[in-house]
Amino acid sequence: MNGTMKTGALSESIPAAPIAAAERSVFDTVHSWLVTVDHKKLGVMYIIYGLSFLVVAGVQASLIRIQLAAPNLHIVSPQTFNQLFTMHGTTMVFLAGMPLIFGFANYLVPLMIGARDLAFPRLNAFGFWLSAFGGLLLYFSYIGGEGLAGAGSAPDVGWFAYAPLTAKAFSKGHSTDYWTLSIFVSGFGSIATACNIITTILCMRCRGMTLAKMPLLAWLNLILCGMVLVAVTPLTAAQIMLLLDRFAGSHFFDTQAGGSAVLWMHFFWLFGHPEVYILVIPAFAFASEIIPVFSRKAIFGYPVMVGATCAIAFVSLSVWAHHMFTVGMTSTGNTFFVVSTMMVGVPTGIKIFNWLGTMWGGKLRFATPMLFSTAFLFQFLVAGLTGIMLACAPWDWQLNDSYFLIAHFHYVLVGAIVFMIFAAIYYWFPNATGRLLSERLGKWHFWLFLIGFHVTFDTMHIPGFLGMPRRIYTYEAGRGWALLNLICTIGAAFQVAAILIFVINVILSLRKGKPAGNDPWDAWTLEWTTSSPPPEYNFAEIPTVKSRRPLWDMKHPTDPDWKYE
Amino acid sequence: MNATTATISLEPNAGWTPSKGVVGMTCLIIAESAIFVVFVVAYLFYVGKDLSGPTPRQVLELPIVNSICLLSSSATIMFAVRSLRNGDTKKFSLWWLVTVLLGAYFLFGTGREWHRLIYNKGFTIQTNLFGTTFYSLVGLHASHVVVGLVALLVVMGFAVIGAVRKEHAEHAHVLGLYWHFVDTVWIVVFTVVYVIGR
Repeated sequence: MNGTMKTGALSESIPAAPIAAAERSVFDTVHSWLVTVDHKKLGVMYIIYGLSFLVVAGVQASLIRIQLAAPNLHIVSPQTFNQLFTMHGTTMVFLAGMPLIFGFANYLVPLMIGARDLAFPRLNAFGFWLSAFGGLLLYFSYIGGEGLAGAGSAPDVGWFAYAPLTAKAFSKGHSTDYWTLSIFVSGFGSIATACNIITTILCMRCRGMTLAKMPLLAWLNLILCGMVLVAVTPLTAAQIMLLLDRFAGSHFFDTQAGGSAVLWMHFFWLFGHPEVYILVIPAFAFASEIIPVFSRKAIFGYPVMVGATCAIAFVSLSVWAHHMFTVGMTSTGNTFFVVSTMMVGVPTGIKIFNWLGTMWGGKLRFATPMLFSTAFLFQFLVAGLTGIMLACAPWDWQLNDSYFLIAHFHYVLVGAIVFMIFAAIYYWFPNATGRLLSERLGKWHFWLFLIGFHVTFDTMHIPGFLGMPRRIYTYEAGRGWALLNLICTIGAAFQVAAILIFVINVILSLRKGKPAGNDPWDAWTLEWTTSSPPPEYNFAEIPTVKSRRPLWDMKHPTDPDWKYE
Repeated sequence: MNATTATISLEPNAGWTPSKGVVGMTCLIIAESAIFVVFVVAYLFYVGKDLSGPTPRQVLELPIVNSICLLSSSATIMFAVRSLRNGDTKKFSLWWLVTVLLGAYFLFGTGREWHRLIYNKGFTIQTNLFGTTFYSLVGLHASHVVVGLVALLVVMGFAVIGAVRKEHAEHAHVLGLYWHFVDTVWIVVFTVVYVIGR
């Protein structure tokens, strides 16, 4: 691309690649994105796709909040309300969460391990398009069937679609078929991408990068992709069974023929709980890269971080039935799942202490990525604590399927994962585009989102204690829930405002953001050694590393890390 | 900068440099195994819980010849890959063809079994829980045999036009891993359906 790049060296010596190639027509640009097998373009497409669905599911959440803002409201119909919470959950997990984590893995893993692409670039494109069409299939349900006016036949069975609600007799038409087929299809996309990322990490690391010298982000992606292989597949299998039940007349979940509705719960949560960790481990990965850079210290306890993540992966595969305490298991079963669930708290606690240890005594810089990371630390701790409360079976018998549970898992999914996704976007946006996001708008985004998040989800615990069940369409006045729900809805408005500012920030910064240079954060990993945005081949010369912070070594040749590791 | 890179010795990536194909296929096999585990668990969970007949003992016969064919195809594909590694493409094509034929015979046998069950005994996936789990587990395996056979046939086509050479041994080996997996799963399915379940 340009001659000075062949040194593959200190970022200051490399002029940034041109931001837009003006002479190419729109058609050429679109065509190049559609047929691309480049991991960076696919990564960016995954992220745009995920963020779009994040907005769609956010609109659905806002409608839910408006419907619940006051007693006896009828802003949407009960049927629409059922579709809203089903589509909100399904979209957030499968069409926003999974594409976002794979987008970042796609974009970052090869750059951070000094590779030129993933191991199987075409399989990568295949995985993306499978996932993308899976998502479109789910949303086609709104216009398929009875058409737009009748709100179509969107799924309305809840995001975990318990049997026998999904049986032909109770779910007529094709709404459940859209749900199961789209998850089935995008599941294959996830499995393909997971195979790809594992192979890339195991086979394509640059010279000198042993497993023990890999950036933590690569380690954590390796572990989470391993989890995808064994945790997403049970869901795929369960969807095959559901499809057979609905189309071939088999009896897996048909209780009238001796089938078992509880078996669906087991299969679903065998996927469903590890899935939470599949989504949160990338948040850990971002924190493990961002917090050290903004504390000006190497990560504290690198090997322990890897070990703790492995422990989380193993233990989280054996906790699924804590979603089912109210189903009525044996007391042995209950005890096992109480103990295993509480055990997850140990490695997770280790990680929190390690991040704190990294910050301790560091020279903290509170740029926007670090603000989001710090909020993540606190909120993830609280989410973990309410998680331990719910892990006690007797407590769970009281509060399962109440708004306390909703508040708990939104603390994980929003307070930890969405916060870290924003941190990652602010941190790596300069690498992908060559321009910085505006810090001023970023701070507005952060503080509004933080306030909105806490107003909504801190408050939401209380109606749970007062007995408000999840998925309730409306409620009568005089239960003591009205004011609390109104506060939750007001908090949601703050979050919507924050997201609007974020969208404006992205659009403005793409057009005339401050040029970032190649290493805007004074970071230490390989993605900042090449130009921003990186050329199609990433590195003119495949780098050689001797420590966990190769860019530090380049910047400080007299005091390199490898002397101490 | 160049001074810095020069001081870094060019040690190769320590020891273990696995082949991409083998690692990728291993990942796929792990994922597929999890799918089969779920179906096997469902089978075992529902054994003997039928509300109506027929029972496995009344309708199932042991597919001995079928099983021998499929399992021996694991050996023949190994011979084929070994021949290709030695550069003997003629021998490779021969062993590969034998593998395809053995796999095809297995599918034919399964088809015959299903035909007998459906048309002579009137036993379908809708009959009872046994029918549900039997057809889905055996069918899931058979569909994997179909996928494997299609892949084997594509390679066979390349071999016929003389496009398979010694340097493709690694590719054939990776496909062989999948075929071994399909055969191994049959041992599990056979044990669960025809031994434990009966």
